[in-house]
Amino acid sequence: MPPETKEPKRTSIGLKIENFTKSYDSVEVLRNVSLDVQPGEIFVIMGPSGSGKSVLLKHVAGLEIPTNGRIMIDGKDIAHPKTRSQLHMALVFQAGALFNSMSVFDNLALFPREHRLYDKKVLNEKVMTALQTLSLEDAAGKFPSQLSGGMRKRVAIARALVMEPEWILYDEPTSELDPTMGATITEIIADLREEFGVTSLVVSHDRDLALTIADRVAILMHGDLLELDTPENIKKSENPKVKDFLNPVIDIKNPRFKRKD
Amino acid sequence: MKQINKLLEHFGSAVILCLRSFAYLPSLPLQWRRLIEQCYLIGYTTFPIVAILSFFIGSVLALQAGYSLAPVAAQDFIGSLVGLSLARELAPVMTAILVAGRVGSAIAAELATMKVYQEVDALVTMNIPPERILVMPRLVAILIMMPVLTVVANLIGWIGGAIVAQNVDFIQLDTRIYFQGIQNFVKFRDILDGLIKAEIFGFVTILVACNVGLRTTGGPREIGGSVTRAVVISLILILVLDYFVTSALMNI
Ligand SMILES: Nc1ncnc2c1ncn2[C@@H]1O[C@H](COP(=O)(O)OP(=O)(O)O)[C@@H](O)[C@H]1O
Ligand SMILES: [Mg+2]
Repeated sequence: MPPETKEPKRTSIGLKIENFTKSYDSVEVLRNVSLDVQPGEIFVIMGPSGSGKSVLLKHVAGLEIPTNGRIMIDGKDIAHPKTRSQLHMALVFQAGALFNSMSVFDNLALFPREHRLYDKKVLNEKVMTALQTLSLEDAAGKFPSQLSGGMRKRVAIARALVMEPEWILYDEPTSELDPTMGATITEIIADLREEFGVTSLVVSHDRDLALTIADRVAILMHGDLLELDTPENIKKSENPKVKDFLNPVIDIKNPRFKRKD
Repeated sequence: MKQINKLLEHFGSAVILCLRSFAYLPSLPLQWRRLIEQCYLIGYTTFPIVAILSFFIGSVLALQAGYSLAPVAAQDFIGSLVGLSLARELAPVMTAILVAGRVGSAIAAELATMKVYQEVDALVTMNIPPERILVMPRLVAILIMMPVLTVVANLIGWIGGAIVAQNVDFIQLDTRIYFQGIQNFVKFRDILDGLIKAEIFGFVTILVACNVGLRTTGGPREIGGSVTRAVVISLILILVLDYFVTSALMNI
């Protein structure tokens, strides 16, 4: 992140999810989820795939309307159309959601260009800095279809950085990345908080990420919030489902497949 | 009942999309690059087929007119017949149909893809309304390009008719008399009516394509369905509206 970014003026009370329920065609995907994220916090949501994590993030970003309950950010209901435009919030989509018709550079430059934030030179610098942060400087002229899965993910993160948001929602930011790059992303999330007070809501399976930088961790399973605590306490959790999720046992003694002779 | 509901919902969403998009009209000067790109795409993809088809439509019109008029030695009217049919009816309708097939389908596919792969969601999270950068420039571009394409269709169609009228054995109408007929009978008003129709059809076609594309939900499999739907809906609308717009224009 470029140094001249201003510390966000926080009048904020953070994110409050109250009794949030979501159904698609009468199938409940999330049930009565309540949690809150403090300003400046790094909040990690863990859970098996299909448990509703991406759905939750989409609602926090205001892309969908809850079936029940409310999602308040800084005291405003995110379901209200005006709210989002008052927030500086970026969402890193699980699959990247890059603009396929644009080069990597233009993907990053779209937000500042459309909002007429900087002149050409500053814009160039900001985009290149974000690309360098994620070791993508060689990809600037490429198109999303020419990138590997991990590169797309990094472009998506770089695109969020250029927006200089106060809030960043990450949907599995380190999946598809090698361990080194995963560690870099983890550091970036922590640095953004240190330097700019960015609040992060991270969906991740990455235990290293969750247990090193998170202030609090929530475990979501099959639409229910099972546990919400500090990483230390989550590690000590007595809930067998949580234990099993965090420390899966690989059992090769009892083969699943048996050849019939 | 369900069908009617769906129809009304589609119609309502198209009207809302139209209003929202035009609310961003003031941002047009900032988006001139997009506008030019869209105009270029519309022109580039449809110009060659419009040219070829209007040439042959003009030709066949002259042939048919000659077939009915030559036996009564009324060839002189071929020019007016070809000219009027093209200007008032065939040039705008044919151009609109080609635009639906070439441009409408492409737009529906592009926007449906963007929707399915969450690019549209990404725009929304960036506070960049999709109506502003995806829809409005396309609607303005079609309003600019429809008259151009229709005028081209008229001119080439007239020329096609002239060539046939002069060279087919049983007609043999002098080109000068043919164009004299066009000049005498095709009024500016006829061409204007045609252009108004073209504008309406083209606009509706692109609005439908954008609306259907952006309303795509589900996975990549739905993209093809959206393209078909966009083309079918706009073809029906073009032909139905044709009657009503024509009759309305006659009463003005
Ligand atoms: N638009 C949708 N329509 C219907 N079901 C959906 C939709 N989006 C997600 N789901 C369902 O919600 C559940 C949770 O999905 P998701 O949040 O993507 O899981 P994950 O925790 O892996 O991110 C899944 O069972 C999925 O099938
Ligand atoms: Mg997910």
